Amino acid sequence: MLSTIRLFPTDNVLVLTRNFQAGETIELGDIHRTLQTPIGLGHKIAACAISPGEKIQKYGAPIGSATAPIEPGEHIHLHNMKSDYLPTFTLDEGREFHHTA
Amino acid sequence: MNGSILTPKAYLRSDGRKGIRNIVSIVYLVECAHHVAREIQLPFREQGVHLMGFSGCYPNEYSFRMMRSLCTHPNVGAVLLVSLGCEGFNRRGLLEAIRETGREAELLVIQNEGGTRSTIQAGREKLACMLQVLEHTLCVAMRIDELIVGTVCGGSDGTSGITANPAIGRAFDRLVSENACCIFEETGELIGCEHIMVSRAATRELGHILTNSVAKAARYYATLGHGSFAPGNADGGLTTQEEKSMGAYSKSGSSPISGLIKPGDIPRMGGLYLLDVVPDGDVRFGFPNINDNAEIAELIACGSHVILFATGRGSVVGSAISPVIKVCANPETFRNLPEDMDINAGRILEGLGGLDEVGDEIHSLIARVANGQPTASEALGHQEFVLGYKSFEPIGPTCHPTYQ
Repeated sequence: MLSTIRLFPTDNVLVLTRNFQAGETIELGDIHRTLQTPIGLGHKIAACAISPGEKIQKYGAPIGSATAPIEPGEHIHLHNMKSDYLPTFTLDEGREFHHTA
Repeated sequence: MNGSILTPKAYLRSDGRKGIRNIVSIVYLVECAHHVAREIQLPFREQGVHLMGFSGCYPNEYSFRMMRSLCTHPNVGAVLLVSLGCEGFNRRGLLEAIRETGREAELLVIQNEGGTRSTIQAGREKLACMLQVLEHTLCVAMRIDELIVGTVCGGSDGTSGITANPAIGRAFDRLVSENACCIFEETGELIGCEHIMVSRAATRELGHILTNSVAKAARYYATLGHGSFAPGNADGGLTTQEEKSMGAYSKSGSSPISGLIKPGDIPRMGGLYLLDVVPDGDVRFGFPNINDNAEIAELIACGSHVILFATGRGSVVGSAISPVIKVCANPETFRNLPEDMDINAGRILEGLGGLDEVGDEIHSLIARVANGQPTASEALGHQEFVLGYKSFEPIGPTCHPTYQ
């Protein structure tokens, strides 16, 4: 069974269909990337290299923009992308964060 | 009219609508009457008596309209209103509106009944009578084209938009093809999808209305500085509002969009409708819907007989009035909270089923629930209910073009 899926042919992200542990290797064609941290089911990884400012494409639609250079296989989340509409609010160990849009 | 029979035993109401449940609603009209109403309900909780209410003391047209729609919902057979006495809610107007539909309806005003204990005693006597009357409700067959189904997602994660939401979309496509009425909602969770959605509008004018409703939501949430996005969404792999939106949007399936409605508007014919839940005008009363149950109450006020609730992180809520079917998007959540879930859509991720198959499973569960089978949340006694303050402009004729 595949452990990642590309939801739309033009997407530049893949969605994980199971939990990945730190130390596991993600294979994208010739690229092998060993994970430094665990990544959960439902999270996204880059399907290719993505430059800052480039749109993140999922479901065939833009879901925000990259805020940092992203390598193939790298986890894509709040640390390297942002909304083009509204800030994202998160709680981390009791601390509140407002990630800007 | 034709259409296959959904259930041989639905409850016929005077306006011709049919219910799949025959409950008594006990309604507090201000928070000050909540305890008394809850105590009246207590011995009858397992007998189809649901508690709902409005906390505010100030009158509000939206809240009144919502309450009138909910108290005259086809799943409701009788209503007991409980008022403190000095609050702003138009209790007489509501009582008369309910009685005009032929339903049993009674009003208790605590300040006129001698206080807490006396009102509880009087209320329980009235409830016992109402339950006896309801045993004689006329039952008739109900066709699938008389059914209204609403959908909502809550506790979404990165799996919601891949499994549960599109599976609900498949069920919606099948229901719409059978001329049932399907409602999706939360324009704030369509931010980023407006350009895609507009191509599905039944007319060009409706397309403009749909686009404007999402633009209104974007403005509203921008003013509040907070999207319809909770910390658990990010823990589950969703990063932005528009990513959450694309997943939420897939609940609508692929049918043409027949119209846009607002809370309390009841679609007059089969098709797919978008419920605009974001208030009109300036930001006045805070967040459009403070939680999932506020959205569920609005879907029910639009006539929904049953609610399809997609969850990834694992919401456990149900609702007063209409059964809630929990479609679980995440296979790990399903294993973690099996007692609260009705359908394991997450198995798609494990290669144990496809979207069409889960869509069919949802469709057949709706039929069983319409025939009386309790959903997981219903059997567990979940009857959450939330109603707040809002202001809306009425919809215009172009919002419902297929009707003309």
